[in-house]
Amino acid sequence: MRRRRDTLKNPEQELRVFRMRSLLAVLLVVCLTGLLGGRLFYLQVVQHEVYSTRSEKNRVRVEPLPPTRGLIYDRNGVLLAENRPTYNLTLVRERVEDLDATLSLLVDLLGIPEEEVEAFRVRSRQRQRPFQPALLMSDLDEDQIARLAVNRHRLPGVEVEAQLLRYYPDAETMVHALGYVGRINAEELAGLDTGNYAGTHFIGKTGVERFYEDELHGQAGLRKVETNARGRVLRELGHTDPVPGKDLTLTLDSELQKLAVELLDGRRGAIVAIAPATGEILALASVPGFDSNQFVTGIDVASYRALRENLDLPLYNRAIRGHYPPGSTIKPFMAISALKEGTITPGKVIYDPGYYQLPNDSRRYRNWLRWGHGRVDLERALAVSNNTYFYSLAHDLGIDRIHENMTAFGFGERVAHDIYGESDALMPSRDWKRGRFNQPWYPGETLSVGIGQGYLQVTPLQLATATAVLANRGQWVKPRLAQRIGEEQVPVALPDTPPDIMLSTEGWWDRVFSGMEKVVSGREGTARRIGRDLDYRMAGKSGTAQVFSLGQNEKYNADELKERLRDHALFTAFAPVEDPRIAVAVIVENAGGGSTHAAHLAKAMTDAWLLEDEAPDTEEVREVLEREDGRVTGN
Amino acid sequence: MSWSELTRGLRAHPVKPSLSGIARRRSLWQRIHLDPWLMGMLLVLMLAGLVVLYSASGQRLPMVTAQAIRFGVALGVMAGLAQLSPTTLLRWTPLVYLAGVLMLVAVELIGDMGMGARRWLVIPGVIRFQPSELMKLAMPMMVAAWLSRQPLPPRWRDLLVCVAIIGLPVVLIAKQPDLGTSLLVTCSGVFVILLAGLSWHFILFCGVLAASALPLLWMNLHNYQRQRVLTFLDPESDPLGAGWNIIQSTTAIGSGGFWGKGWLQGTQSQLEFLPERHTDFIVAVLGEEFGLVGMLAFLLLYLLIVGRGLWLAGAAQETFGRLVAGSIILTFFIYVFVNVGMVSGILPVVGVPLPLVSYGGTSSVTLMAGFGILMAIHAHRRLLPR
Repeated sequence: MRRRRDTLKNPEQELRVFRMRSLLAVLLVVCLTGLLGGRLFYLQVVQHEVYSTRSEKNRVRVEPLPPTRGLIYDRNGVLLAENRPTYNLTLVRERVEDLDATLSLLVDLLGIPEEEVEAFRVRSRQRQRPFQPALLMSDLDEDQIARLAVNRHRLPGVEVEAQLLRYYPDAETMVHALGYVGRINAEELAGLDTGNYAGTHFIGKTGVERFYEDELHGQAGLRKVETNARGRVLRELGHTDPVPGKDLTLTLDSELQKLAVELLDGRRGAIVAIAPATGEILALASVPGFDSNQFVTGIDVASYRALRENLDLPLYNRAIRGHYPPGSTIKPFMAISALKEGTITPGKVIYDPGYYQLPNDSRRYRNWLRWGHGRVDLERALAVSNNTYFYSLAHDLGIDRIHENMTAFGFGERVAHDIYGESDALMPSRDWKRGRFNQPWYPGETLSVGIGQGYLQVTPLQLATATAVLANRGQWVKPRLAQRIGEEQVPVALPDTPPDIMLSTEGWWDRVFSGMEKVVSGREGTARRIGRDLDYRMAGKSGTAQVFSLGQNEKYNADELKERLRDHALFTAFAPVEDPRIAVAVIVENAGGGSTHAAHLAKAMTDAWLLEDEAPDTEEVREVLEREDGRVTGN
Repeated sequence: MSWSELTRGLRAHPVKPSLSGIARRRSLWQRIHLDPWLMGMLLVLMLAGLVVLYSASGQRLPMVTAQAIRFGVALGVMAGLAQLSPTTLLRWTPLVYLAGVLMLVAVELIGDMGMGARRWLVIPGVIRFQPSELMKLAMPMMVAAWLSRQPLPPRWRDLLVCVAIIGLPVVLIAKQPDLGTSLLVTCSGVFVILLAGLSWHFILFCGVLAASALPLLWMNLHNYQRQRVLTFLDPESDPLGAGWNIIQSTTAIGSGGFWGKGWLQGTQSQLEFLPERHTDFIVAVLGEEFGLVGMLAFLLLYLLIVGRGLWLAGAAQETFGRLVAGSIILTFFIYVFVNVGMVSGILPVVGVPLPLVSYGGTSSVTLMAGFGILMAIHAHRRLLPR
């Protein structure tokens, strides 16, 4: 068949060629079939295990059964954090005919913001299998559900799913005590037991919700199911029940907390109230607060920015993170320290000419009363908040002993048992100053610390805690927010409780208390206005803290500037003196009216706690405050 | 029957009908012009196919019944076509081919859209069919008809005519677009030329030419067709989209193992992880439920059918019939190879069904019509005057 070509047909040759070609074809067919056979052998024998596993994974799905988050109650059983059924809008992409049309219809119907639609597109790309629903919008209201129901026939593949969502009935009041939960972010996910959190979308972000996350969350269960490719569950292969999170009973009294927030309403400040005998925190208020429920469902950008940029810093938990110079409220603790160290006795009398001078120094450290209080003993020094007495006291003690003794009261320390994000503030020392400024400690700085100024900074929680320890006559009880976790009682004596503070003469406590009682009840007391109609014995101490400077980039108008430069008012108190049942620290930023402003709030708190049936009227307190505002009554 | 007997019969002038004993013994099959061996194997394949289809359809008996009815129709068509003599076939070939091309043009102009392609010709209320299916048979017949009139092996001039005969309908089908069918139609035409004894030099030359034309072909592919090829190269690149099919089908086959999971027990198939499980991907159901054993049994059956078909082709007296028969049976094998190859992941996904197993009427009828022609060519052998 090379070159030899006939123009005539040659049937024999044609048949021969055909036969040869057929033979070749048969050979090729056999080879190709062999190739297929080889491939099948590879898949079904060599790689059988791999595909077997893969097919099993296809078929069997392990569905996490998320545990129900524990509820949070106050000490009286009032529900503070609950789980509410909410309705989410999900979309199964495979069932949607025209995604863009469906989305735009939904946007029209429900008013879904553009960024949520974008987030949905991202989520739907990240699905693990076809027919897996992707979340489009959470927390639908009834109106939206109704609108969806009406338009159901136009929306194939669109579904409404029920889910339990955290809800805080009184969010604004409770937020800084409770904290809140939010969606788990990537960073948190990295540190989590993914098995236990597989079906959980929320995690405690701050506060009690964060601190007791493990207890509240519970243990996830799981369900092994056989599904088809569409994810439809065909039958259950195995089942482990989830262990629900433990309910938490807090020490908070929601009524007292509410009162504290109302008292501070319209201002910035914090009130912390503690039951001294047990360390139970009765109120932990920081004002302004915010609606933490927004954070549960995911706050929109504009609202979040508004919160962040609010000059009143609503996101800032003043009660546990606010740093304030304690001012004169530090004086009782200074007095105890000096008594303990033996540098003074209660009977020691000094003469106050209106100022104090360090030896070999001409500089005069002034009392707040220019002409001085004359002869002053310990009790009077506390009652009239005499600076000269405490300059002298601080000088005699020296910064080292001050630091040691103030630390024993919890200043400069994290004091609480179970508060997330507590600040240790600042109790200065020689070492601290060298480390911070590389400078030696100057004696004049000791005097400032002696009257609660200078470098010294405390948090309202520290101040309340120290007041409780004082009321306990030096016996330490760690403040705590949890009273009961599930059925388990939190013990009064906790590990890591600081050692108690001892005085050589037990009666000296009474001398300090007596001085503090005169603050409110004495003729000369700095807060004598609140002592006029006291129904019980109350020990208190006023304080003002100067506002030295404002943040550099903050902008204020003239009126606001004036307002924000006013001193902070502080007041600490405990009552009744003979058997203290409440210790309270109040800080009102830029109060203006002097320390009395804070004293009124403290008294309203103790009244509310101690006088069962006579709940104080916040309106009345406000009237009093307005009358007195502007009248400066001293330090 | 052996090669020697066959060649003897061909070398000598017409076999005398006077061998009456043999003629009578063969008369039953001879008279109905069917080949018992081929017929028997096809019936076994159909029955086995129905068993697999029952599982692949999700145990829907109506679907199996419908398929059985189609098989009945297809068998009828086969038997009918088997009655035609090769001479008649040859006479009608140009007309059928021309009609096929005209209908393809009609499809291009007024065809019915379905699944993104214009493949159907519809006479409302009467019939709805794909002219490209007709082409699968008209093509080898037309090429064979042309070549059988020329001295063989084919010369350049004849080849050019063949290229024109093949090219016109293939371009029309590829434009629909229907890559699978245009591939099969091309094969059926090319096989004729190859069997006719195309010179090896030329085959080599064409091979090189085809390889160098690949980029050009690539540029003319539709996006979804390119996607298929890319997905074939790396299924994991789009596991939920285009790669899903191939991942799930290889998983199904691989998880079947040696003995398979058992009939109706395939989780991949029964839980709907397999796409197109009763049509193009039915072989994955087979592989999962009947394992390597089942797969090899099917492949063996196909191999036997192809062998028998080639045997019959070799037995044909006329060049025309021989070429047509050879091409039909080799194209049948291409169906099997491309389908099993794509489902098992060694070929890109091309819409080619597994012959007589995949659900679908048109392809079954076309295939059986092809076997009808094959039998016609064979069975009329002795009755043809030489």
